[in-house]
Amino acid sequence: MAINPSPKQLTAVKAVVFVLALLPFLRIAYLVAMGVPVDPVEFITHGSGDWALYILCATLAVTPLRRFTGWNWVIRLRRMVGLFAFFYAFIHFLAFLWFDHGFDVAAMWRDVLKRPFITVGFIAFVLLVPLAATSTQAMIRKLGRRWAQLHKLIYLIAPLAILHYWWMKAGKHNFEQPIVWGSVVAVLLALRVYWSWSRARTTAAAGSVRS
Amino acid sequence: MLIKRPSNGSNLPFPSEITPQEVYLERRAFIAKMAATAAVGSGLWEMANREAFAQAAPLAKLAATRNAALSTNEKQTSFQDATHYNNFYEFGTDKADPAENAHTLRTRPWTVQIEGEVKKPMTIDIDRLTKLAPLEERIYRLRCVEGWSMVIPWVGYSLSSLIKQVEPTGNARYVEFISLADRSQMPGVKSRVLDWPYVEGLRMDEAMHPLALLTVGMYGQVLPNQNGAPVRIVLPWKYGFKSAKSIVKIRFVRDQPKTAWNGIASNEYGFYSNVNPNVDHPRWSQASERRIGEGGLFAPKRKTLMFNGYDEVAPLYAGMDLKKFF
Repeated sequence: MAINPSPKQLTAVKAVVFVLALLPFLRIAYLVAMGVPVDPVEFITHGSGDWALYILCATLAVTPLRRFTGWNWVIRLRRMVGLFAFFYAFIHFLAFLWFDHGFDVAAMWRDVLKRPFITVGFIAFVLLVPLAATSTQAMIRKLGRRWAQLHKLIYLIAPLAILHYWWMKAGKHNFEQPIVWGSVVAVLLALRVYWSWSRARTTAAAGSVRS
Repeated sequence: MLIKRPSNGSNLPFPSEITPQEVYLERRAFIAKMAATAAVGSGLWEMANREAFAQAAPLAKLAATRNAALSTNEKQTSFQDATHYNNFYEFGTDKADPAENAHTLRTRPWTVQIEGEVKKPMTIDIDRLTKLAPLEERIYRLRCVEGWSMVIPWVGYSLSSLIKQVEPTGNARYVEFISLADRSQMPGVKSRVLDWPYVEGLRMDEAMHPLALLTVGMYGQVLPNQNGAPVRIVLPWKYGFKSAKSIVKIRFVRDQPKTAWNGIASNEYGFYSNVNPNVDHPRWSQASERRIGEGGLFAPKRKTLMFNGYDEVAPLYAGMDLKKFF
């Protein structure tokens, strides 16, 4: 069923999505301010990391959602959702650098270089930076085709994020959550692989008819 | 919480010191409701409910004499934090899970079976076990392998007092502690994160060290379920996971026991697991730690001390390469 919201309705949908995406942050900030979490550093680090991953999955779900439902307008929400993924990843990184390492950049580097699970998480975060930085209308125009190529980095970032989560949980042999979110990312990426494979087949078939 | 002892010779608190259960429960329920009404989202409401539930069963008081020589005078972790931030995988892997789920544990009747290389094996009831030696209060630092620490007033007596009673033979080189693993009482046992039951172990000389505490209480009360009721071990110079909780069996054996964490990830969790700032966990540094409830977000971390500051255990490991036997 095709739904075509008017520009006014789309603005309302955007506002709702904005508030929804902000709620986890407000909840974390509120509970920390109230002194509820026993270990606020762990609470902020885990909470922001979890939500960065969930929202990243939401951005990857936009294209499949469009294709399966014909709701082409959902693409108009993707930039904002993507920026929220970066927002939570940034808080996650900041918690690591500030609360865990007390802004000791040298100590942070030692950790990044020495511990693979941190290396991988750090790379995923660094790769998110150019995507966030090029999210303006001006950058999209300026980069043209290269913008789309650059933003394909997300196909690398998502598996890195899962690997980071997996290795983190491996310390306690607690794979339930990494399996769930790893599967979500796997399905969302597998759909792309399938589409590009079937497109290549169609093109090849069309080519052989012509020759 | 300060544990006051009246000067009349009795270890019991004055009646005037005791807030009636129903009064403080009512107060808590009221505060919880008010907080929840004001809260954004459902998180706090859930926590408030948990809180009310966790406090529903009053804990029996335990009279004990402070062992000042073995106690730190550092600021104690609040009872609330020490009972709501727990690793006890039998009740779930999240640190909030034990406080939420452990109410299903039945701690009476409870017996501990003591067997293996001993002259006098026995099965002892928890109430008899509690009275086997005079109870002491010892305020110990607790360091978790995850990099956080607490200061907790435990109640119990030296494990050696129990060991002497059962008279280990010359063959007893290690002692093994086996925790309850009952699916009907412990929802976490259904998961496969560990091979159940939880097993921990010590070398005999470690078990005989005066610091090794057979523990039946904390903060002047019997142990809350989520902290390992009705009986656990506390070893302040080792990472927290070495201290088995809700023990049902103690075995004296010839060979080094296959312990729970060492069994599934021997490269990350050694058999000894002495607190050691110089030996990193493979995925994080052990050089520093966060003291729970201290200073909040911006407080610098503390330096971790060798043996968690309990230098008196050092002779146990003289000549051992603690990087190899981590």
